[in-house]
Amino acid sequence: MADRPQDGVAGAGDNRPRLSLHVPEPKFRPGDAVDFSHIEVSEAGAQPRPDETTDPKDMLDFAHGLIRVLGEDNKAHGPWDPKLDPETLRSMLGHMAMTRAFDERMFRGQRQGKTSFYMKCTGEEATSVSASMALAADDMVFPSYRQQGILIQRGYPMIEMINQIYSNRGDKLKGRQLPIMYSSKEHSFFTISGNLATQTPQAVGWAMASAIKGDSRIAATWVGEGSTAEGDFHSACLFATVYNAPVILNVVNNQWAISSFSGFAGAERATFAARGVGYGIASLRVDGNDPLACYAAEQWAANRARANAGPTLIEFFSYRAEGHSTSDDPSGYRSAQERDEWPLGDPVMRLKNHLIEIGEWDEERQEKMDLEAAEHVKKTTKEAEANGILGHGLHHPFRTMFEDVFEELPWHLREQADQAIHERETKFPEGLPNEGKGA
Amino acid sequence: MSETQTKIAPDSEAPAERRLNMIEAINDALDVSMNRDDNIVIMGEDVGYFGGVFRCTAGLQEKYGKTRVFDTPISECGIIAAAVGMGAYGLRPVPEIQFADYIYPGLDQLISEAARLRYRSAAEYTAPITVRSPFGGGIFGGQTHSQSPEAIFAHVSGLKTVIPATPYDAKGLLISAIEDNDPVIFFEPKRIYNGPFSGYYDKPVEPWKRFDESLVPEGHYKIPLGKARYATTGDQLTILAYGTMVHVVEAVCREKGVEADIVDLRTIVPVDIETIEESVKKTGRCLIVHEATRTAGFGAELSALVTERCFYHLEAPVERVTGFDTPYPHSLEWAYFPGPIRIGEALDKILKD
Repeated sequence: MADRPQDGVAGAGDNRPRLSLHVPEPKFRPGDAVDFSHIEVSEAGAQPRPDETTDPKDMLDFAHGLIRVLGEDNKAHGPWDPKLDPETLRSMLGHMAMTRAFDERMFRGQRQGKTSFYMKCTGEEATSVSASMALAADDMVFPSYRQQGILIQRGYPMIEMINQIYSNRGDKLKGRQLPIMYSSKEHSFFTISGNLATQTPQAVGWAMASAIKGDSRIAATWVGEGSTAEGDFHSACLFATVYNAPVILNVVNNQWAISSFSGFAGAERATFAARGVGYGIASLRVDGNDPLACYAAEQWAANRARANAGPTLIEFFSYRAEGHSTSDDPSGYRSAQERDEWPLGDPVMRLKNHLIEIGEWDEERQEKMDLEAAEHVKKTTKEAEANGILGHGLHHPFRTMFEDVFEELPWHLREQADQAIHERETKFPEGLPNEGKGA
Repeated sequence: MSETQTKIAPDSEAPAERRLNMIEAINDALDVSMNRDDNIVIMGEDVGYFGGVFRCTAGLQEKYGKTRVFDTPISECGIIAAAVGMGAYGLRPVPEIQFADYIYPGLDQLISEAARLRYRSAAEYTAPITVRSPFGGGIFGGQTHSQSPEAIFAHVSGLKTVIPATPYDAKGLLISAIEDNDPVIFFEPKRIYNGPFSGYYDKPVEPWKRFDESLVPEGHYKIPLGKARYATTGDQLTILAYGTMVHVVEAVCREKGVEADIVDLRTIVPVDIETIEESVKKTGRCLIVHEATRTAGFGAELSALVTERCFYHLEAPVERVTGFDTPYPHSLEWAYFPGPIRIGEALDKILKD
């Protein structure tokens, strides 16, 4: 004991080296010149495509490389090329363009005070739209909060999305959820939580249920790279591998979790796809800004799950081109140059250029499509505004606040509902001005 | 035991007389339920081939197969989360958490997910899951096999919390919980799995089979959630209790010759306010007994309810007898436990004037 330092006295009487704590720091902060040359970008088409039933231990390299299809020449390359027909490619482009137009308008709506909150997915459209296109419409998705592209791709009525964002009287979720936390059972789209990564082990549970029942539907979940730090994600990986669940775990690595760069989720040491390797899960690392690669990887995983060959973890390597949400200003924590220097480009532009390259598209049609998308969103927004905007009284009737806590209203909630209605009547003795026409 | 407990008439469809302990009654409830509904699945640590560390799931895997009764990784978060996902699919999962003390890693999935799915999705998605878990002390389980965390769940909107005190009730309540379309926490008082407990730890356990509450009919019957029962009736005071403590207060009252309405709450959310009010307004005195720690325990809620609703009928302040606000100690377990001395003194105090 004599040799040991006293508590709190560093290294006293001791020749061991002093320890130091490593705290990750992003390469670039505001004002810094950005150089992404450290990011290894493999040649499009360079990756082989293993059979979907490959044993995970025979495909370890896929957790470290980058599956890419669209090259600098705007052509599709290699065995991962899903060889989609031009109509499907145009549809993919259309959904991505619509998602982007929707984001633009909703973001502006928040700035205009029409709602409290919004989150764009700019730059990450392929990770939801293209991936979703590779699934069947009745495959169950457990999204995080940045997969609006799935709803748009699955044909969920846009007015329902806007009603939800405005928490107005048309909102199917009765104004209970933070904007963008959609839910649509009809579109096999799970209710978005807002608590991070909780949906990932739930997706595994759903997939296990589908397997228990001998169903043919599979589940897919999306989670951000920052949220893979949650224990839930590790429970998801473990349950997925233990029960060989027919599930796809999509990790969207957009480099930033609000102001924390991916290093705080472990990116300095390993890829996110590599997390699957330790669990014995087939793991693919994919260029998340390459719509064809996103489609091909999700299709590979879906085929694998449907063949009872087990789960897949996919890391979509991408970049969050905008802020986390309307509540943060990225210029306060990262270099504005990052977006322009990002080595994998923009998914919408890459698909557009590919379609032009193969002679199935042109700038004129692109311009027309963008215009139509913007017009559609504008028109739908107006329709939704007839149902009210947040804070302007056109909300759901007051009593709905107490519904759906339980299937039936227990006595204590009945009493509290009576109290709430009494308060309302005290405030508005002439009657409730907002139930109906709005104030 | 008391006459009043046999007042609960078994279903007319359930003729055979058999005596079961609480473990067997729970096993029977699971068996009956699984037999009726293919969507019920059981999962948890050691519940499959082995049949559970307390044997509550014994024989069920053999009978219903490995895809309906199966072991899980040691991950309470994963167990609850998988159950939520299965519930969204349309199954009716009955996960087991091996000890209530281990439920905390699953809390986010219970509190933020299971309890709120119905509300946040406007009833598009629900979580019809029943989380079974042995709870409470008195088995020399130390701080990690003895806790009574029911108040944590009672505080969460969207969860129901059920605690049986007899084999008959355990079966009927568990079937109700499983068939309920909302998430239910079903805490099983493990001290009374094999027999009711008098509070005298140095006396041998009397097996359930000597008591009529072990008469558990075959087949399907339900005891509604949110309905208390009178374990005994008496005019001197009302005692509100649940689980193990129902039997301890009953023994103490018998010993002291106190005639009490002992109200076994059975469900703490939603609590049976009508029965509580009915009894307290009759007796004018109310003692609340639970094994859990005192501060912000469920007894505080009961005390507030009784004071708010029965104040002008009260002839003495509401009293609480609880565990102490310490972790559950191993060697001093019986010093922690709210036993006959603590209860007896509270009875003397509340009945003094």
